[in-house]
Amino acid sequence: MTSQSRLAWLMNDVAGRRLMALILAVIIILPVLNLWVPKDSFFHVSSYTIGLLGKYLCYALLALAVDLIWGYCGILSLGHGAFFALGGYAMGMYMMRQIGDRGVYGNPLLPDFMVFLNWQELPWYWYGFDNFFFAMVMVALAPGILAFVFGWLAFRSRVTGVYLSIITQAMTYALMLAFFRNDMGFGGNNGLTDFKDLLGFSLQKDTTKVALFVCSGVALILGYLLCRYVVSSKLGRVLVSIRDAESRTRFIGYRVEHYKLFVFVLSAMLAGVAGALYVPQVGIINPGEFSPINSIEIIIWVAVGGRGFLYGAIIGAVLVNYGKTFFTGAFPEIWLFMLGGLFVVSTLFLPQGVVGIVQQWKDKRAEKKALQAGASGEVAS
Amino acid sequence: MKLMTKHIPQHILYLNGVSKTFDGFKAINDLSFTVKPGELRAIIGPNGAGKTTMMDIITGKLKPDVGDVFFRDMVDLTKHDEADIANMGIGRKFQKPTVIESLTVFENLELALTGNRGVFKALFHKLDAEQYRRIDEVIKRVGLAEKRDWLGGNLSHGQKQWLEIGMLLNQEPDLLLVDEPAAGMTDHETELTAKLLKEIAGERSVVVVEHDMEFIKALACPVTVLHEGHVLAEGTLEQVQANEQVIEVYLGR
Ligand SMILES: Nc1ncnc2c1ncn2[C@@H]1O[C@H](COP(=O)(O)OP(=O)(O)OP(=O)(O)O)[C@@H](O)[C@H]1O
Ligand SMILES: [Mg+2]
Repeated sequence: MTSQSRLAWLMNDVAGRRLMALILAVIIILPVLNLWVPKDSFFHVSSYTIGLLGKYLCYALLALAVDLIWGYCGILSLGHGAFFALGGYAMGMYMMRQIGDRGVYGNPLLPDFMVFLNWQELPWYWYGFDNFFFAMVMVALAPGILAFVFGWLAFRSRVTGVYLSIITQAMTYALMLAFFRNDMGFGGNNGLTDFKDLLGFSLQKDTTKVALFVCSGVALILGYLLCRYVVSSKLGRVLVSIRDAESRTRFIGYRVEHYKLFVFVLSAMLAGVAGALYVPQVGIINPGEFSPINSIEIIIWVAVGGRGFLYGAIIGAVLVNYGKTFFTGAFPEIWLFMLGGLFVVSTLFLPQGVVGIVQQWKDKRAEKKALQAGASGEVAS
Repeated sequence: MKLMTKHIPQHILYLNGVSKTFDGFKAINDLSFTVKPGELRAIIGPNGAGKTTMMDIITGKLKPDVGDVFFRDMVDLTKHDEADIANMGIGRKFQKPTVIESLTVFENLELALTGNRGVFKALFHKLDAEQYRRIDEVIKRVGLAEKRDWLGGNLSHGQKQWLEIGMLLNQEPDLLLVDEPAAGMTDHETELTAKLLKEIAGERSVVVVEHDMEFIKALACPVTVLHEGHVLAEGTLEQVQANEQVIEVYLGR
């Protein structure tokens, strides 16, 4: 049934609303347990846990961004880590400039690594990053512009499928090599680190950590609602139509390249926001974030969670990263093999991921119930 | 963007001297062919005659090597792409029925519904009562009222054909290119399809490609025979059926 109510896009999404309620509960309850329950209490939640979960929330937002284009528009980006990293660098640049003269070299204007390289003045592209709002705009704008230029060229020339995936991978690889270079002015190999504070709040303080954790959760919820609105709109149905039958969509009169470009840029911006929230929580951003393997991992999260549901991507990101934390601690040698295995298993046996299994199980139960109710054999096959 | 012309054009579609070669093979060979406003025209011809390729050229999927392709006398179709051409008022049903499998019948028709195709329009789009009425009317017209909320992928072959015809109707094009609509349909469905296409013709121009002679007969319209990318004969069905060349290459098999 196509409900006409203004909020139909939200009301029809029961699973998504439950998950959002859960995230909301987590970002309300855990801070209380961290800040106000004494450390020796059983109910105390450590700052380590808060930091870890905060990271997961950022990954979840990143996975959501990937599912928006892959699950709904069939664009398999193997370079989304680049947008995440760019957002992270924008945030990192702000925090570098916040250090001011408290760096090792005590230069009020230049970050330490520039002094070390004997640079005399700040490169032009670092201007403005001392301003928080400017930096926050760049968090979304930098990945957005890259996605726009890249997408405009690729979609206009009708690059699709494997070819598109390969060039997205090449894009993130090229950026990684570029950011490794010292003369790019982004700290080279070491990246940006030794951050001290954000908006004047020390990054060492528990309250700041909790605030970042809560912000990550809020960003995830808002990002989810935005994506849900998009995919439930007519635009979302055009995206699905492009995914299922691209050329048919053109013959109905839709400019496929415009639709792809829109959703690709939106997704890149969400990835940038995720990166910006991630960096202050881990305390460093370096060119490793552009590494192609990172982008492939995101795809695995989405595949494991279930592609094309939005909430599946969130579940997948948290599950796989929880697994990663656990296994890299317990059996560091085998994690990469497990990750590869996970991908093979999920593509071969779980085309709809974890969410798909639950869905199937529910459908079966509903069918059984219908049968037991002795319905007049009108069970849909 | 519908073209506003004050007077009715002489030809809704005008092809002259069109050729298209694939790796040295001439799929379309010096093809000339016109359709008048409101006309219903059937195209027959053996497999590989170039019928589908001709539609690809008209709808912007392929560019001809040489030749003129004009819409409404004025518009050079070789200078436009698929989306442009669709928005000018040329709709197409594919030989292999292609509906959007993971959208419902209703949603398929909603997407096809004539109107602004812009990205941001689509983001904030809400169907109004008139549009609902229009979609439901088309659903009834193509006999899918009971399948309204079915996914496109769950329809039978014949039902997909109908849905695609419905989508074509919703686009409200001036020219409909219909490639093998009766394939996979029962005799009764075929009959209904012929009736529907005859109804549509008149206010719109319709070009139908089909192999089914019963169907062509039911259309009772001028027939063009294509062979090796070229028009072999034109006339009423009786005339072309009596044509010896036509019998030799196509009918007499
Ligand atoms: N993209 C292409 N590349 C190479 N050859 C092609 C291409 N498209 C069509 N052809 C060839 O052009 C010829 C005409 O094909 P077309 O599909 O137009 O025939 P048709 O009249 O529609 O036949 P049918 O009745 O089987 O649908 C065929 O020999 C086909 O193999
Ligand atoms: Mg054909």
